[in-house]
Amino acid sequence: MKHKTFLWFFLPSGMAMFLFIAMPIVSVLTQSVYAPHEQVIREVENCTLFGCSKATQIDQEATRALRDAEPMGRFVGPSIYTDRNHLAFAEIAEIWRNASGLGNFFGQVTNLPFYDALSFTLTYTALVTPLSLAFGLIIALAVNALPRLFRGPVIFVSLLPMIVTPLVGALILFWMIDARGVLGAALQALAGDPGLSIKASTPLMWTMLIVYGVWSSAPFAFVIYYAGLQTVPGDTLESAMIDGASRWERIRYVILPHLLPLTTFMALIKIMDNFRVFEPIVSFSAGAHAKSLSYFIYSDLGGETRLLSSAAATSVLTIAGIIVLISPVLVRTWHAFGRVRA
Amino acid sequence: MTTRVADRRPLILRVVMSSFLVLWLIVAAFPFLWTLWGSFKVEGDFFSKADWLNALTGPLTIAETGGSFTSSGYYGAWVQEEFWRAAMNSLIVVVCVVCISLTFGTLGGYALSRSPYRYAFWLLLISLVFRAMPPITLVSGYLLPFFEWNLWGHLPTAIIVLVAINQPFTLWMLTSFFRNIPKDLDESAMMDGCSRFQAFRHVIIPVMWPGVITTGLFSFLLAYNDFAVTAMLLSKENQTMIPKIASFLGTTQTKGNVMFAVSSVISVTAPLFLLVMFFQRQIVSGLTAGAVKG
Repeated sequence: MKHKTFLWFFLPSGMAMFLFIAMPIVSVLTQSVYAPHEQVIREVENCTLFGCSKATQIDQEATRALRDAEPMGRFVGPSIYTDRNHLAFAEIAEIWRNASGLGNFFGQVTNLPFYDALSFTLTYTALVTPLSLAFGLIIALAVNALPRLFRGPVIFVSLLPMIVTPLVGALILFWMIDARGVLGAALQALAGDPGLSIKASTPLMWTMLIVYGVWSSAPFAFVIYYAGLQTVPGDTLESAMIDGASRWERIRYVILPHLLPLTTFMALIKIMDNFRVFEPIVSFSAGAHAKSLSYFIYSDLGGETRLLSSAAATSVLTIAGIIVLISPVLVRTWHAFGRVRA
Repeated sequence: MTTRVADRRPLILRVVMSSFLVLWLIVAAFPFLWTLWGSFKVEGDFFSKADWLNALTGPLTIAETGGSFTSSGYYGAWVQEEFWRAAMNSLIVVVCVVCISLTFGTLGGYALSRSPYRYAFWLLLISLVFRAMPPITLVSGYLLPFFEWNLWGHLPTAIIVLVAINQPFTLWMLTSFFRNIPKDLDESAMMDGCSRFQAFRHVIIPVMWPGVITTGLFSFLLAYNDFAVTAMLLSKENQTMIPKIASFLGTTQTKGNVMFAVSSVISVTAPLFLLVMFFQRQIVSGLTAGAVKG
């Protein structure tokens, strides 16, 4: 295809991505080095019969004029990145000096807002990704053993947790696990503690968020593994059986290697999706116990005071984080392409 | 696996597998059925402090409304709180996003699949990075410019933003689909004197529909399920369904009505249910297409 024709074909899609993905990244980068203007303070002299006193008051008009003139705010350089709500270098140095051991150090660091969000996001990604893949594989193996007649309906039901709107799916689970819901009541009965409430316990909240994550992403792994199982080479399996391979050995040496490329693909997709975990935290109203990076940005953006600069700095750090996470795949794709070309 | 292999499974393994599967099916379906049932009860029953069995029998529902089922949650959400307005907004957003992103995506995907040059690969790699970025990080980049230029709050803004966020995925999917359509097809048309666009128009468009429908389903899901973009970029009167549900939950400042949220959750899930019912095959093939061809 000629360059010029390519350009015309690609233009609409390219423009959309340039204007609404590439430019916002630039916008986020610039915003993160500007802070909102402080209010203009004016000194006024109040003179009464008994003499004069000086007082300071906010000059509303001048403040508004300044903010209208420079909506970006004032340039502050990287200071937003290093403040307490983000990378918090000063605080970490302080904690490092005073901490009594490594556990204590990490405990204190994860109390800082950004590291709190980062630790939850990474824990969630690191647990939900392998768990949902493993779970999906088991479901796929089980469905594959079913008679054909039942497979359609089973796939239909299995797709539901994945297809449902994340906010809605998380709400449905939350209402059941709530202290007044059916599973919440069951948990209270099991634990023998009528006061047990997911809203009051951080470990319980983390567990439930991870359970939601596995519930909603196992179907994806299931569908893909199931499709992969249909293409397992029959004669390889048969010859393995003739050679006396046990059931487990056949799974271990024939089926799993066949599914490996699918696993890398899904791990990539799931890492991207789990790293942006956001809606379940809104649904579970879990903000007090578990914050993800996305939720951290969201809570900065919402509310009365929109902390745009703080949200921008967190966004830049989040983007950097996800690029680091998927960089092995990017490098590998790049190498693979080079080999194809060569 | 052949049926012969399946037949030889030992009994214990078969029992374990089947019971696991039954357990999974309950875990997957029960929450929906439970919430559907509960949406016709009053709050005191669905969220019963006294006894969870109340949600099944509904003594308070009978006491308060006279019947064992009540549609007051649905009435309150759809009529009183004007959920229908949010549903209309959702419909507009979803239809526009699907149409625009498929138009852009087919053109771009076709070009990427037919270009032998290195920049096509780079464009795909960049869009993979774009696909990886959480949408909320982009939203924080939109807010200030959109406020400055008075673009904030309108439906068209949310639509074009969703189209853009959708593009990387659409491009990947359609590129891999177009690669499977033999090059000879459009190249022979060009031999016969068609321009590239005419070849696309008369040769490719008639055969591309299966791939486009599958991609369209996923664009639909992305637009329909979105919360981050629509919640932050739309004003209150232009809200779509998902942010509206979130607003029923209430905040620290305002009291919500949970039963309105329950009934609207069911209303939002129903179309998705139908979608899976009618398009199960396409959804499954779409999910696997990306994986198998990589």
